[in-house]
Amino acid sequence: MGQSRDLHIFDDAAGRAYPREVTAPQTSPNSEAVRPRPQAATLEFRSATKRYPGQEDAAVDGLSLTVPAGEICVLVGPSGCGKTTAMRMVNRMIEITEGDILLDDRSVRDRAPAELRREIGYAIQQIGLFPHLTVAANVAVVPRLLGWDRDRIEARVRELLELVSLEEGTAERYPAQLSGGQRQRVGVARALAADPPLMLMDEPFGAIDPINRERLQNEFLRLQAEIRKTVVFVTHDIDEAIKMGDRIAVLRAGGRLAQYASPAELLMYPADEFVEDFVGADRALKRLALQRVRDIDLWSAATVRSGEPVDEARRKIAEADIDMPVLVDDHGRPQGWLSERGFAGERVRPELRSRAEPLVELDDVLRDALADLIESEVHYSPVVDSGGRLAGVLSLEVISQTLHVPPERARTGPQLVDPAPGEDDAVSAEVEPA
Amino acid sequence: MAARDGGVTDLATGGPFAANAFVEAIQFLVAPRESVTGGVQVGGVDEMLTLTANHLLLSFAALAIACVVALPLGLWLGHIGKGEFLAISASNVGRAVPTLALIAFFIAFVGIGFLNVLVALTLLAIPPLLTNTYVGVRGVDRDAVDAARGMGMSEPQIVRRVELPMSVRSVFGGLQLSAISVVATAILGPLASVETLGTPIVSVNVYGQPGLLGASILVAALAILIYVLLAVAQRGLTPRGLKAGRSDAPGILRRIPFLQRQGSAQPT
Amino acid sequence: MSALLPLAQLEIRSRRGGTCESEDGFCPDWIADNLDRYVSPLLEHVVLTVASVGIGFAIAFALALLAHRREWVSAPVGALTSVLFTIPSVAAFLLLVPLTGLGVLTAIIALVAYTQVFLFRNIVNGLSNVAEETKDAARGMGLTDRQVLWRVELPLAVPEILAGVRIATVTTVNLATLAFFAGAGGLGAQIYTDITFRSNVVVAGGLAILLAAAFDLMVLGGQRLATPWRRATAA
Repeated sequence: MGQSRDLHIFDDAAGRAYPREVTAPQTSPNSEAVRPRPQAATLEFRSATKRYPGQEDAAVDGLSLTVPAGEICVLVGPSGCGKTTAMRMVNRMIEITEGDILLDDRSVRDRAPAELRREIGYAIQQIGLFPHLTVAANVAVVPRLLGWDRDRIEARVRELLELVSLEEGTAERYPAQLSGGQRQRVGVARALAADPPLMLMDEPFGAIDPINRERLQNEFLRLQAEIRKTVVFVTHDIDEAIKMGDRIAVLRAGGRLAQYASPAELLMYPADEFVEDFVGADRALKRLALQRVRDIDLWSAATVRSGEPVDEARRKIAEADIDMPVLVDDHGRPQGWLSERGFAGERVRPELRSRAEPLVELDDVLRDALADLIESEVHYSPVVDSGGRLAGVLSLEVISQTLHVPPERARTGPQLVDPAPGEDDAVSAEVEPA
Repeated sequence: MAARDGGVTDLATGGPFAANAFVEAIQFLVAPRESVTGGVQVGGVDEMLTLTANHLLLSFAALAIACVVALPLGLWLGHIGKGEFLAISASNVGRAVPTLALIAFFIAFVGIGFLNVLVALTLLAIPPLLTNTYVGVRGVDRDAVDAARGMGMSEPQIVRRVELPMSVRSVFGGLQLSAISVVATAILGPLASVETLGTPIVSVNVYGQPGLLGASILVAALAILIYVLLAVAQRGLTPRGLKAGRSDAPGILRRIPFLQRQGSAQPT
Repeated sequence: MSALLPLAQLEIRSRRGGTCESEDGFCPDWIADNLDRYVSPLLEHVVLTVASVGIGFAIAFALALLAHRREWVSAPVGALTSVLFTIPSVAAFLLLVPLTGLGVLTAIIALVAYTQVFLFRNIVNGLSNVAEETKDAARGMGLTDRQVLWRVELPLAVPEILAGVRIATVTTVNLATLAFFAGAGGLGAQIYTDITFRSNVVVAGGLAILLAAAFDLMVLGGQRLATPWRRATAA
């Protein structure tokens, strides 16, 4: 339904839509069965510190965090918080002053910088494509440095361009002939060329217009679901961080770590006022984008079939969370909200108060579901599983409870969803929250 | 310089002479002596001053005329943004025509004398000035010009108050190039019967080796002096705001951002 | 001593012929008959130019790489090349003669010095004009400093470097017409020996201009071949 509108959704190969937060753990067992698990490294910052001579404050101050293999860690914070510096210390573009950074338990300081960097994908906002090389040659830079043979390089280039959705003909063109989005894709392909276990991405989509940025973000998430690299992703945009990150490290001025948590945790339990301010006043709404309908406790409603004895139907209604019965067909698919008139005889007649709209699916993100509820100006919405059978009922109250909205914000909540006067009044009036 | 151990061996004669040659050359500049051909006094401060004055007169006249022609043309073309081909090709063509060939064309086809040499040198001086003026004006921030127009400046006011001051650096670069090549080419003046510092060089059979070297030293010093003076003048005329953050390298060097490279590390 | 006076070395050839020649005119017939006398001056001119630009490039390249690594080298070397370029070429040729003698070597030394102002500066600028993000990406991908220089910075500097080579070459052809002051012959010697004879001035001067144009086109062609990406425009 509202999936295509949602900012925080991407399409997988099968064309389904789901938020990535929940996807990652779910798909990994499957994908492991299908293809060999690609290499990914564990990255650990151990009190990593960067001081510039002559500057009193450290640029990065005792940063300690671990990025598990195959996850995206977003470094986010206001400008001057040292996030880029922290990222650049990983491949020793900036030397560590104190502390250490370990890649698969091995200190990056023990490695020759050039050799280390060839094992780490590197994508930056300005992309830095080599204007004098074709797209194919740009992608082939690191494989060439590593001494791959020609056939292997050629095959890899073709594979990568396909992976980032670039047409075949792009390979022989020069960067100047590409659009901004295409260049960014080449940049990502180039960073992935040698199949690095770790990728460093510094605001890789920062210079792209919002619509294309959106698309590139989704594409990258789709790609990541497939390749499962460890990624360090730098951005100043909290929305991007929430969208892209498995984990988010919020840094504050002086390069100190304010909080390191999953997006949901960050939104639900900001560690302090700084983080709370940084994630923004609308963090409750942001969280909706991270959860799906199946993740929350839905209300139950009585499912009644046409021709069913009225007594039995009434018994079911009494057991349900809400006293509005749903008329379902033989396959359990909801047809609509049953009217009182349907109970007039001994057997239930298919007299509908209103149709079963909007229909929400278990895989929908809460944010979409909420949007559907608000747009349809109703309080309740039937939720169906992938087979179309009723799985429960979603209501504004359910969503509100999920959010644990702090009291001062709860007041604005109901106003958002006050039902407008109209045909649904009758439905609303009968409803009593469980 | 390399004159220790009594000088470098002359490839042609095999005799050591270098140090002596330069000492004699200096002596030639300060004290008159009898000419090689005999019977005439040559060299000395008086004659050198006269030749230098002639040399400068010829050079300045050529430069002045070139300025009168090239500056307005370059400013105008740059202002209206047209004639790029003319303005740029001018210096390409100018570079490709050997100065000796230019003088020779004038001698063979037009005639000798001050006026002809003056015209030849003016032709030589125009291209660098024209090109650099044009490039300088085109290089002025178009937003600044737009703002000036928006504030109600007339077109001539824009040229005078915005484009000209902002292209001083480039114009002077052209002036320096023109001056260098005019002063250098004026050496060939005596071929067309115009007395300059080239006279002792061209008439070496009269002035002798010391005259030839002495005049060379003098004309080299003169060229460098003019170059430096123009560099100083440029610095004085460049609006202060355009100088901020620039290097102190002399002259045409300044147009090139030598010292503006940044380090690689750029922490957020 | 007379060997030190380069002008004395010039070979004055008598021209015999009809009235056109005796009146210093422009004589196509004479030109056709006497073209051979321009062959060796032209070759001398080519040798002077190629040798000077070649040696000049090697020196400028080395200096520019040094300046690229050690930034403080740039300004003084750049200033020095400017000052050298300021010295009138006739004076430079003549002042070198007592030190290095008459001949091609002396001429080449001076001409090499003149090429530096264009070559050194353009190489340095070409290298430093390479976008910072391109270099950053190169380093981030694991190219060593040497690889960044040879695979990224130098290829990208080619247009600017060759632009310098073009100017240096054309300027050298021009200045080499005065190389006879160092006893190095060339087309200038040919002009000088018979400067009032129109036929001679046109042929020798014309050859010098054509030579400059030919070199210019050659370098330009090389530049286009070496930088295919510059012709690729957004499709």
